[in-house]
Amino acid sequence: MFSSLTDFMIVDIFVSHFGQLMEGLKFTFQLTIVSMICGTTLGVLLALGRTFGKKPVSWLCTAYIELIRGTPMLAQLFILYFALPPYGIKLSAVTVAYLGFTLNVAAYQAEYTRGSIEAVGEDQFKAAASLGMGHWQTVFYVVLPQAVRWSIPAWTNEFIYLLKFTSLAYMIGAPDLLTQGKLIASRNYQFFRVYLIVGIIYLVIVLAATWIIGKIEKKIEIPGFGHQKRP
Amino acid sequence: MPDKPLLEIKNLKKSFGDNLVLDGISFSLNGGETKVIIGPSGTGKSTILKSINRLVEPDDGEIWLEDTEIISCRHINAIRQQIGYVFQDFGLFHHLTVLKNVMIGLTRVKKIPKEEAMKKARYQLDRVGLSGTEHQYPAQLSGGQKQRVAIARALAMEPKLMLFDEPTSALDPELIGEVLTVMKELADSKMTMLVVTHEMGFARSVSDEIIFIEKGSIVEQGPPEKMFRHPVHDRTKEFLFKLEDLYGEGSG
Amino acid sequence: MLASLELIQKSLPALMEGTFVTIRLTLLILAMGLVLGLVFAFGQTYGNRLVRLLVGIYDRVFRSIPELVLLLLVYYGMPALGIRFRPFDAAVVALGLRAAAYMAQIFRGTFMSVGSDQLTAAYSLGMGEFKAFIHVIFPQAIRAFIPPFANEYAIILKDTSLAYAVGVVELLRQGQYIIAVEYNPLAIFLAIAGIYFILTFGVTRLLKRLEKKLKIPGMGV
Repeated sequence: MFSSLTDFMIVDIFVSHFGQLMEGLKFTFQLTIVSMICGTTLGVLLALGRTFGKKPVSWLCTAYIELIRGTPMLAQLFILYFALPPYGIKLSAVTVAYLGFTLNVAAYQAEYTRGSIEAVGEDQFKAAASLGMGHWQTVFYVVLPQAVRWSIPAWTNEFIYLLKFTSLAYMIGAPDLLTQGKLIASRNYQFFRVYLIVGIIYLVIVLAATWIIGKIEKKIEIPGFGHQKRP
Repeated sequence: MPDKPLLEIKNLKKSFGDNLVLDGISFSLNGGETKVIIGPSGTGKSTILKSINRLVEPDDGEIWLEDTEIISCRHINAIRQQIGYVFQDFGLFHHLTVLKNVMIGLTRVKKIPKEEAMKKARYQLDRVGLSGTEHQYPAQLSGGQKQRVAIARALAMEPKLMLFDEPTSALDPELIGEVLTVMKELADSKMTMLVVTHEMGFARSVSDEIIFIEKGSIVEQGPPEKMFRHPVHDRTKEFLFKLEDLYGEGSG
Repeated sequence: MLASLELIQKSLPALMEGTFVTIRLTLLILAMGLVLGLVFAFGQTYGNRLVRLLVGIYDRVFRSIPELVLLLLVYYGMPALGIRFRPFDAAVVALGLRAAAYMAQIFRGTFMSVGSDQLTAAYSLGMGEFKAFIHVIFPQAIRAFIPPFANEYAIILKDTSLAYAVGVVELLRQGQYIIAVEYNPLAIFLAIAGIYFILTFGVTRLLKRLEKKLKIPGMGV
C-alpha cells in the first residue's frame, strides 16, 4: 500500500482517466451548489416558520428539522430512492441526490439561522417598534439581515460539509466524483490507488473552498458586528 | 396659547404580576413644553413612557395624543410614527450604517423615496453634530455619538412628541454633556419633550415642569424652581437633596 | 397500515441486532476519537513546532476527506498492510481517525476556554499542578466540553450508517436485508429512522440535561 504512495501508477491512472474524474467533479460541484442554494432558502423559511409562525406551523417546522437532523443522510437518501417506488414514485438517482441533499441542508441551515435569529437582541425589536415598524417589516429589515450576517460562518461551514457529503451520492449511483472513481476502479482493479486519487482531489477542493470562503468572509465583514461561532 | 394639551394622560394604571407599578398617573403636556419625570429607580417612570407608545400595554386609563386616544387605538404603528422614542441603550440597528439607521424609518415605514429620505436624514445628523459619521457603523461610535444618532433617527420621523427614557444613564460621565446639549437645543426649538432622567442640572435649567413619582403615584409636580426651592412634600425634599448629593448640579 | 405495524413488530429482533452493531461501532469510534483526540490536542497545545505541524497536517487531511472515501481507503488499503481486517474494524479505524481530528479541536477549545488566570490564581493559593487540574481546570473544562461533544456524538452515530458501504451489518444494512425479504420499504425505513432518532435525540437530550445541571450562572462558552 505504501509503495503506491510513491509509484507512478497513481499519476498514470489520474492522467488517463482525467476526463472521467472531471465529469464526476463537475457533478459534485453542481450538486453542492444547487443543494446549497435551494437548501439554504428553504432553511431560512423553516427558521422563520419555527420562530415566528403560529403554533401548528412552528411545530411542523420543528418536527421536520429535528427529524432530518436526527437521522443519517444515507438513510434519507435510501428512503427517497427505495421506499417511494412501491407507491408509484420512481425517482432517478440524480433526482434523489438533488432532492435529498436539499432537504438535508435545509434542516441544518434552519437550525443555524434559528440560533442567529434568537441572538438578535430585544432592543432591536423595541427600536423598530418605536419607529412604527410592523412585525413582518421588523423581521425582514432588521432581524433577518442581522441573523443572516451572524450565520455566515455556520452557513459556509455547512457548504464545506455538503461538498464532502455529496460523496454519498455514490451509494445510490448518482454520477459524482466518488462514483466515477468506483467505475474506474471496477475496471482496473486498482481500488486503493483510485480512491486515493479521489481523496486527494477532495482534499484539494475542500482546502481551496475553505480558503476562498475565508477571503469572502473577511470582505463582507461589518465592523463590530461579530458572528456566530463556527459549528 | 393652545388650550388643548398635546399629550394628556388620565389615570394610567399598570401592574406587572402582583406588582402595582403605576397607580393612577395623570398629567398633561402642552405643545412646545418640556417636562421631566424624576423618582427612585423602579417606580415605573420608564413604564409611563413605554405606555405612551404602547411598548407596554397599560391595564387602565387613557392616553390622548391630540385627538387620538392611544390605548384603544387600532393602528398603533401610525401613532408610533408621531412619537419619537430614545432608549437608554440606544437601540441602533447594528447592521446598518449611521446614515441608513437614520433613514430606515423614513424609507421603510413612512415610505418616503430614497433621495428625499437621505436629505432629511442628513439634516438631522447635522443637527446633532454627526455629519461626518454617515458611513460608520454603530460599533465604531462612542456612547455619546450613538445616542445622538438615536436622537437623529427619532427626529427624522418629524414626531409631534419626543420621549427620552434615561438617555444618559448608560453613558460614561464625560459623554453625558454632548447628549444633554442636543436635548437642550431641541427644547429651545420648542419640541414637545417628556424626559425621564437623573440629570438634575438639566431638569432644573431646561424643563417647564418637574414631576416627582414614587411608588406608582405622582407625589408632587411643579416648575423647577418651586420644586427645588419650596417643595411641599418632605419626600420630595429628601429625594432632591439625595440626588443633588449624588449627581450635583453639573451638566446642562 | 396494520400490516406495516405488524411487519415492524416482526422485524424488531433483527433490527435490534443491527442496532447493537451500530451502538458498538459508535462506542468504539468514540473511544478511539477521544483517546487519539486528547493526544493530538495536547500535542497541538503544548507540543513543539514539529509536533504542532504534524498534528496540523493530520487535522487538515482528516477533516477534508469525506468519511465515505476514508472508509473505502482504509478498507481497500488494509489488506496491503498484511492485517486481516473485518469490515467492522475498517469502519472503526476510518471513522475513528476522523473522529480524532474533530475531538482534538473540541479538546483544544476546552483547554482554551479555561483562562490562564485561573491557573495562576490556583497556584497562588499553593495548589500543585495536579490539584489545580482536578479542582479548577477540570470542572470548568467539562462544562465547555459537553455541548460540542454532544454534537460530535450525534455525527458519529449517524456516520456509522456509512459502514453499510463496506458490508457491515449495522442497522441500515439490516433494514435492507429485511426489505429484500418482506418488501415494505417505507415501513422498515421509518422504523429505522425512528431508532436512529431515539439514539441521537434521546442521548443529546440527556446530555443537555446534564449541561443544565452543571450550569454556572455567568460562565458562558
